[in-house]
Order: sequence, then structure tokens, then C-alpha cells
Amino acid sequence: MRQKTTAVLSAAALVLGMAGTAQAGTLEDVQSRGVLRCVVSTGIAGFAQPDASGVWGGFDIDFCRATAAAVLGDAGKIEAVTSTGKTRFTKLNAGEGDVLWRNTTITFSRDVGVKLRFHGVNYYDGQGFMVKKSLGVSSASELDGASVCIQTGTTTELNLADYFSSNGMKYEPVTIETNDEARQNYEGDRCDVYTTDASGLASTRSALPDPDAHMVLPEIISKEPLGPATRHGDDQWSDIVTWVLNATITAEELGVTSSNVDEMKGSNNPEVRRLLGVDGSQGSELGLSNDWAYQIIKQVGNYGEIFERNIGVNTPLGIARGLNALWTDGGLIYSPPFR
Amino acid sequence: MSESSHYAPGTHPDLPPPARTTGMVGWVRGNLLSSPLNVALTLLSIWLLWSILPPAIHWLFTEAVWTAKDRKECWALMDAPRDAACWAFIRGSFELFVYGWFPEPERWRVNLTFILFIAAIFGGLRENIPGKKYWLIFAAAYPFIAAWLLLGGFGLEPVGTNKLGGILLTLVVAVTGIAFSLPIGIALALGRRSKLPALRGVCVIFIEFIRGVPLITLLFVASTMLTYFLPPGSTFDLLMRVLIMVTLFASAYIAEVVRGGLQGLSAGQYEAADSLGLSYWRAHQLVILPQALKISIPGIVNTFIGSFKDSVLVLIIGMMDILGLGRARLNDPDWLGLAPELYIFISLFFFISCFSMSRYSLSLEKKLHTGH
Repeated sequence: MRQKTTAVLSAAALVLGMAGTAQAGTLEDVQSRGVLRCVVSTGIAGFAQPDASGVWGGFDIDFCRATAAAVLGDAGKIEAVTSTGKTRFTKLNAGEGDVLWRNTTITFSRDVGVKLRFHGVNYYDGQGFMVKKSLGVSSASELDGASVCIQTGTTTELNLADYFSSNGMKYEPVTIETNDEARQNYEGDRCDVYTTDASGLASTRSALPDPDAHMVLPEIISKEPLGPATRHGDDQWSDIVTWVLNATITAEELGVTSSNVDEMKGSNNPEVRRLLGVDGSQGSELGLSNDWAYQIIKQVGNYGEIFERNIGVNTPLGIARGLNALWTDGGLIYSPPFR
Repeated sequence: MSESSHYAPGTHPDLPPPARTTGMVGWVRGNLLSSPLNVALTLLSIWLLWSILPPAIHWLFTEAVWTAKDRKECWALMDAPRDAACWAFIRGSFELFVYGWFPEPERWRVNLTFILFIAAIFGGLRENIPGKKYWLIFAAAYPFIAAWLLLGGFGLEPVGTNKLGGILLTLVVAVTGIAFSLPIGIALALGRRSKLPALRGVCVIFIEFIRGVPLITLLFVASTMLTYFLPPGSTFDLLMRVLIMVTLFASAYIAEVVRGGLQGLSAGQYEAADSLGLSYWRAHQLVILPQALKISIPGIVNTFIGSFKDSVLVLIIGMMDILGLGRARLNDPDWLGLAPELYIFISLFFFISCFSMSRYSLSLEKKLHTGH
């Protein structure tokens, strides 16, 4: 009897022990596996989508690649763990993914209640309005009495109600389920206005037959800061993800791009030298090789390059930097210094 | 004087039926113009076809664009944007839609799996085929051969289950559910009618529990809950979890369909089998099941078609079956806004699959119809 109990206990201890080791060393896990598994969306235009041969690309995917470049030295060694909005946090917390780069709004309840660690903001989104230019409206405050296409059961619905009632205006909701459905309704003139997050408006607008006949109004009525997340309980891994994001931002701030990164290694600026691992030992303090940030910028690019490549004004989505410009250009993108 | 008087009784040659009741004219008169209401309905149908078909053919075929490098080019080739289908989108991603992420040099394995699948179905279900016994063994072994071909190992390059996607993943989920649910379902149905209380209780609880819970819930349990019960770090393959849940779900329904068949047999059949001195298993094998399964065919095929279509629910837990992958492709910035083309393509796939299943079941019913 006693022997049996001991056996059960030791088996339980073994299982718990396995659990402990598996959770603590995400970095070791990733490096021994040789592949970084990122929890990404099942498809959000410009942020994560498979191309015709199935290769994932997009804004979030590029940050995943940047993380792989820092941790494994090769941006190509990623695996996209696709997840819907409902399964993303369990996938991360159950260890099916190492890091979440998936259009996720940072909120109190997710940070504290779901037990995630957030590591800064890589995209400032917010709810906006799109109208036909022929409507002759230039501000959301002129939308009194408009019919509005809105996705049901989302925070956008509440934000819209709050915005209209606090401005003493009325609207007529036209409820829809998906972005495509919204576009059909909006195109068919069943609603005057379509409201969702500004990044979603940009992709909807670009899919219209004549995008120039439509405009996104300047008002943004909600805060949707999107950022990466990791599990609780692995501080080293959290630091790595935080500073991968910061490295891309700092590189843009310092003018380091994927094309000039090799020349910049000879720069006299001490922060550039520290960032690229010429001086100091920041890489080894993170548990990475000293050229980790060099690899990110060389293989993926700085924040501005990632932005412009996937969602910037020259892409079909055509999103202007806006709030996502560097703080020096009047935006909110800001990184703590590398020192 | 009529000519008939020249013939002795019973020797008059057969005359052709009146011209107005045969051929094209007869068919039209009988089926389309038999009453004023039918005349009106016929005219209405012709008008509907006339107003729907030309624009549909125009959109689907004549004006459609088959080659383009992105949506802008596609729409520029039409009279007006969105004036016709842009099949170039589907064509460009066709291989992805069929094979998912299966490595390109290994795709012959998928093709072979599919060919063997056809062979297993026809060989296993055809009556008069030489070497019937071997065909049946092959059909029973097919799921395992397919698993080996797709996942590799034992001499083949291993391929992770996360490389499965598109139509391949849809077929894997659907065919696994269908293939394993029939034997499990029959066993459950027999268990539910068993005279052993413990066995009966277990089967009833299982069937009622599974039938009382939506498939979506089971899939969520598979994708999120189970991982909490397993030690973190130990990954029990997601596809495997989903396949188990889909199979259990279909089995519970099959069990009830088969139970209906078992109850549909007259008590005389059971008594006749008993009076011949057959054991329980021999009686079921020789007398009960062949008849019960035959009358259950429509219900079984109905359940199969249902589970085939239910397989798209896996997209809700983030798996990339044909619908999930298609919707992901809709987000390609170069091809935004081509949802109608995608959904028409996917419906065509499901229609062909389900319609051929239902036709096959009809022919099977006819063949097995021996009557009472």
C-alpha cells in the first residue's frame, strides 16, 4: 500500500517536474526545437495571410520572423499556429505556441485575468468610420441620422452607441457578421457608414471597385493598442520579446535599415554600436548571440520597413503611419533606450 | 368498313401509339402542359431561367477572367470591376486549396492515397468482383495505409499533421469520422440493446451525452480543455484530438440510426435465428445485421453526409480546412474582395462530394432491395 502511494506520488512529481521545466525555459525549448511557433490569426488582411503557395506573410508575421531571427538567427524558422479570437489565449497558455503575435488588443482583463504578459504596442488601432465621398461628410460629428453597418456582439457596437449618444446624435444600426458581408451591404447602399477598427476599414476600402470614392473619417473613437503576448512565468523569454519589438523601433529611430545595417556597424553612435552588438554584451545578457538585433534588421528590417512593406501607403491597404509614426514624427511609437 | 375486319381476332399487328403521346411532344404535353396551372408554372419557369441564366453564364464563364496576377489586373480586364468572376484567384491558389502545406516533393503520396481511397470504396462495396475477400481486407486496412502514406514514418519522410490543409484536411477529417463511426456505432447500438445492465448503461450514457452536446462544444473541448488536463509541454496532436471527437460524435448518431434498423426488424426474425440454434454473434452476423443495416442505409448515408459537412466546423478552432484556408486566402491584400468566387468554388466541392454520396446510396439501396 505504502509502496503504491509512493509510486503514485513520484509519478505525479515527475509530471509536475516535467511541467515545471517545460514552462521555465521557453528559450531553450525554441532553440532545441529549432523552430519558433507563433500564435497568429487565421487571416487578417495585411497582418497575417497565406500567399498563393501557403507561405504566411504580413505585419504580425514579420514580427514573428524578427523574433525567430533574434532567437535562432534565421527569420525563416517559424511555424504559424493559426488561432481564432476564441482559441488564441488557450493555445498560448497551453504551450502550443511560444509567443502571440496576433492583432491582440491589450486590456486589463487580458493582462491580469487571462494571465498574459504584454510587451508593448506594435500597432495603435482604433475604431473609425468609412463613408462615401458623395455623402459630403468630412467629420463623424455630421453623421446624425445615418445608417451604420456594424458587427454584432463586439466592443465596436458599444463604442458606437457611446459615441453617438454622448454627441446627442441618432443612428440606425445595420447589423452584419463579417467584413465581407459588411462590404456587400455598404456597396449595395444598405448603410451610409461602415464602422470597425481603422486597419479593417483600410482593407475593406481597398477591396471596393473604386476605393477613391470612399474616405475614412479622421475621428477615431476607441483605443485598440495591439501588441505581442507571452505566458506568465518566464521572465527571460518576456524580456526577449519586449526587446525584439524595441529593437525594430530603435533601429528606425537611429536610421538603421536592412540595406544599410552593415555600414552602420561602423557608426560612431554608441547606441547604434550597442544595438548591433559591436560594443557591449546586451545579446548575451538576454541569453542570445550578440548580433541578435543585427539579424533582425538584416533579415526582416526596422519598424518602418515592416510597416511599409505590409500595410503602408504603397500596399493595396494604403494605411498612413498616423499614430504609428515614431514619437519624433508626431506618433506614439517609442522605445526605451538601448543602454 | 374498317381495315381491322381483314384480320382474324388476335392477329392485328401492334400499331404505334398516337403521335401526340410519345417522344418529345408527348413528354412536353404530359409533363409541362397537362393543366392550366402547369402551363402557368412552365411559363413562369421559362421566364425565370431566361432572366437568370444569361447573366449567370456571363458572370461565371463568358466574361470571367482566368489569368491575372492580382485583383486589380483582373478587374481591369472586365467591362466594369466585379462584372464577372475572377477565377484567376482560385486558379492561382488551387494547389494550396487541394494539398494545404503538404511538402511538394511528397505530394504523390496524397494522390496515391486518393486513388487507393476510390479503389477501396469500389472494391469493398461491389458485389460481383473477383477476389471479394481480399478487397474487403484491403478496405478495412485502408485507413491505416492512408495514415501511413500521409504522415510518413516506416521508410517515408515524416510529415507533421500541421502540414495538412485545404481539401486534404477536410477529407481526412470527414473520411476518418465516417470510416470509424460505422463500426463503433454498430457496437454502441448492439450494446444499447444488450441484456447486460452495465453494458447497456454505459452505451446509453455515452450516446445520450454525445447527442446532447453540440459538435462545436466537443471541438472546443478537444482544442482547449484537454490541454489543461495534460501536463504542459506534452503535446497531444491537435488533429488527433479533433479526429477522435468527430468520430465519437458521428458514432453516437450512427448508433441511433442502426438501433432504428434493429427495431424495425420483426420479432420473428430474432426468433427464427434463435430457433435455428445460432449463437448471439452468429445470429447477428447472418440474420439480424444484414437486414437491419439494409433498412438503415438512408439514415446512415444521411449521417455520413451530415458529418462530411460538419467537418468545416474545425475552422472555428483555427484549423485550416478548405473553408478556413479559403477564408485566410481572402485576406491576401492582392486579392481582397473576391469572396463570391471562393464560396462558389467551395460549394461546388461540397455539392459534388455530397451529391455523389447520395447517388451512391440510392444505387446501393436499389441493389439490395430484395423486398418482403
